[in-house]
Amino acid sequence: MAIRNAEAYAAVSKKYEWGFATEVEQDFAPKGLTEDTVRYISAKKNEPEWMLDWRLKAFRLWQTMEAPDWSKLNVPPIDYQDAYYYAEPKAKATIKSLDDLDPEIRRTYEKLGIPIEEQKLLAGVEGAEPPRRVAVDAVFDSVSVATTFRDELERAGVIFRSISEAIREYPNLVRKWLGKVVPQRDNYFATLNSAVFSDGTFVYVPKGVRCPMELSTYFRINAENTGQFERTLIVADEGAYVSYLEGCTAPMRDENQLHAAVVELVAMDDAEIKYSTVQNWYPGDENGVGGIYNFVTKRALCQGRNSKVSWTQVETGSAITWKYPSCVLAGDGSVGEFYSVAVTNNRQQADTGTKMIHLGKNTKSTIVSKGISAGRSDNTYRGLVRVAPTAENVRNFTQCDSLLLSDQCGAHTVPYIEVRNPSAQIEHEATTSKISDDQMFYAMSRGLDPEAAVALIVNGFAREVLQQLPMEFAVEAQKLLGISLEGSVG
Amino acid sequence: MLKIENLHAEIDGKEILKGLSLSVNAGEVHAIMGPNGAGKSTLGYVLGGRPGYEVTQGSVTFDGQDLLELEPHERAAAGLFLGFQYPVEIPGVSNVQFLREALNAQRAGRDEKPLSGAEFLKVARAQADGLGLSQDMLKRPVNVGFSGGEKKRNEMVQMGIVDPKLAILDETDSGLDIDALRVVGDGINRIMRQSTKAVLLITHYQRLLDYVRPDFVHVLSDGRITRTGGPELAHELEREGYAGAIA
Repeated sequence: MAIRNAEAYAAVSKKYEWGFATEVEQDFAPKGLTEDTVRYISAKKNEPEWMLDWRLKAFRLWQTMEAPDWSKLNVPPIDYQDAYYYAEPKAKATIKSLDDLDPEIRRTYEKLGIPIEEQKLLAGVEGAEPPRRVAVDAVFDSVSVATTFRDELERAGVIFRSISEAIREYPNLVRKWLGKVVPQRDNYFATLNSAVFSDGTFVYVPKGVRCPMELSTYFRINAENTGQFERTLIVADEGAYVSYLEGCTAPMRDENQLHAAVVELVAMDDAEIKYSTVQNWYPGDENGVGGIYNFVTKRALCQGRNSKVSWTQVETGSAITWKYPSCVLAGDGSVGEFYSVAVTNNRQQADTGTKMIHLGKNTKSTIVSKGISAGRSDNTYRGLVRVAPTAENVRNFTQCDSLLLSDQCGAHTVPYIEVRNPSAQIEHEATTSKISDDQMFYAMSRGLDPEAAVALIVNGFAREVLQQLPMEFAVEAQKLLGISLEGSVG
Repeated sequence: MLKIENLHAEIDGKEILKGLSLSVNAGEVHAIMGPNGAGKSTLGYVLGGRPGYEVTQGSVTFDGQDLLELEPHERAAAGLFLGFQYPVEIPGVSNVQFLREALNAQRAGRDEKPLSGAEFLKVARAQADGLGLSQDMLKRPVNVGFSGGEKKRNEMVQMGIVDPKLAILDETDSGLDIDALRVVGDGINRIMRQSTKAVLLITHYQRLLDYVRPDFVHVLSDGRITRTGGPELAHELEREGYAGAIA
């Protein structure tokens, strides 16, 4: 019987479908990282003086810092001088409409199934009634090449801009919040990002407004040897609601590329932000050559009373993932949620989880983490639940489940619980299991081939999290889980 | 339809089937009875293609095709259904989703068009009704939280949906009360009692055979078929035990 013959299935496993590169002429910053690089980026983006000063301050700080080494990751030394920090497609003088966009870039998004034309819908939602629309900010290497539906959003009062545009057009709003949730000195990669961030998204939803459509940013790394430094800031004012999606892909290359992002969310009284990620950066090949280093700081400040932030992530890509989307629950009655599926295959490494910092009274948090490890990969959940002395009646529920698909992979759960108020109720549940031979044989004897059987069982395992995704991403995420694990049976 | 010749099979180096031969023609129901440890479940698993069961000698053909060459899912697509003694739980996957994917995978294996969600639901509902399984159970995760009887009925619902040529039912009667036994028995007759189909019933007891009347009864003992007879053999075994049939 060959169904446990790993090599046979590795041979038929599909390639990373998003691994093509786009031929487009690009302008690069000079290689390496100095103050001049920072000035170059700031000048390229026509930034005001205060922004440049802010970047330079971060850069000087970064030079005094060291990369963190507390995670359970094996990160090869990174030569920060041997990379480009800015790459933008050479464009016509100004892009006034999509017609001015380089056709190669347009084709790239078509191939990826990302609708950068407003009449188009995301693949997978065609036929939905009523048709669901998603506004897209498309970030190609270091620049945003298109944002859709901005006029319609503006009529609702919602500001949806690339962060570069927002710095120029809404300096007061940006300046008020930038670096307030993730301070410049927060950690090595956040500091680096503060110095050289290139593009990302800015969203402001005013008081009482429910954002009329899903917002999304699609990050694409294309250029060789170039880092991408996403910076995203979302502010939901009193009583506002917004759902935001983020997707990421990159070409297959032998080198490692750095994606060091900072995402800051702010929710005022009674506001709610739902932030979903489907991370599918190139993971490297089966021997661990190439792939993206995804070193990301994401944090939400639930500043207002009864505010709520919900993080949902499906992490299938990247050679190394270092990422802990967190909530600072400052407002009384605020709620933080973290739903995560992290899949590692071959030589991938992931150290991911969350931090729930309870400062306000009656704050609640829920953590559901599903780790799936295959091949020779290593998958760690690391999570902190902290209850401040002032935080009365805190509730937390944490569930961490790990599923192992091979006998050479690792799954680890590292919970940190710090409670300084005796009224807190904290629950932590954790399980580790393997896909059983019984389940595989049962599914196969009903007609499913081994890959389909694994995909089905894994999707069942991750269901609680996938259910949290907006419909637009749920279908894609389900397929992605199956594809990411192809070749892993054995 | 099914032709087993001199089948030897082992698990972990221990020989369980020791030269078993059996022919099943379309339109027939065969019962395999025998004491514990005789190799009844092993026979089911070997025919279903379970990993770990190694065939060391002999042959099995199914509709003229070498069954042992096929992977479990290919056997399913070819029209073989294995009803499990202990149906397996798959958390988070609804019965409907599981069965639709399974059926469409089998159809794809036969170059048939997949059923749409609506077409599938119609089929699934009819089968569930036929076996007294509530619509609600179709939406629940596969076998999770099902009682023993519900799991067995669910197996029969699955059988009705995939509509196989040959069903190998491993102790489908165990864990069923009298009423459920009748429902399951009726289900087997309705789905499988056709001139183009055949059933291999693996059972300890005579009682299911009151509802699904076999054409042949075989006694399996120490990896071989030691006696074959008509339905009356089952009654004899029930009265006198296996000792006489084995000797």
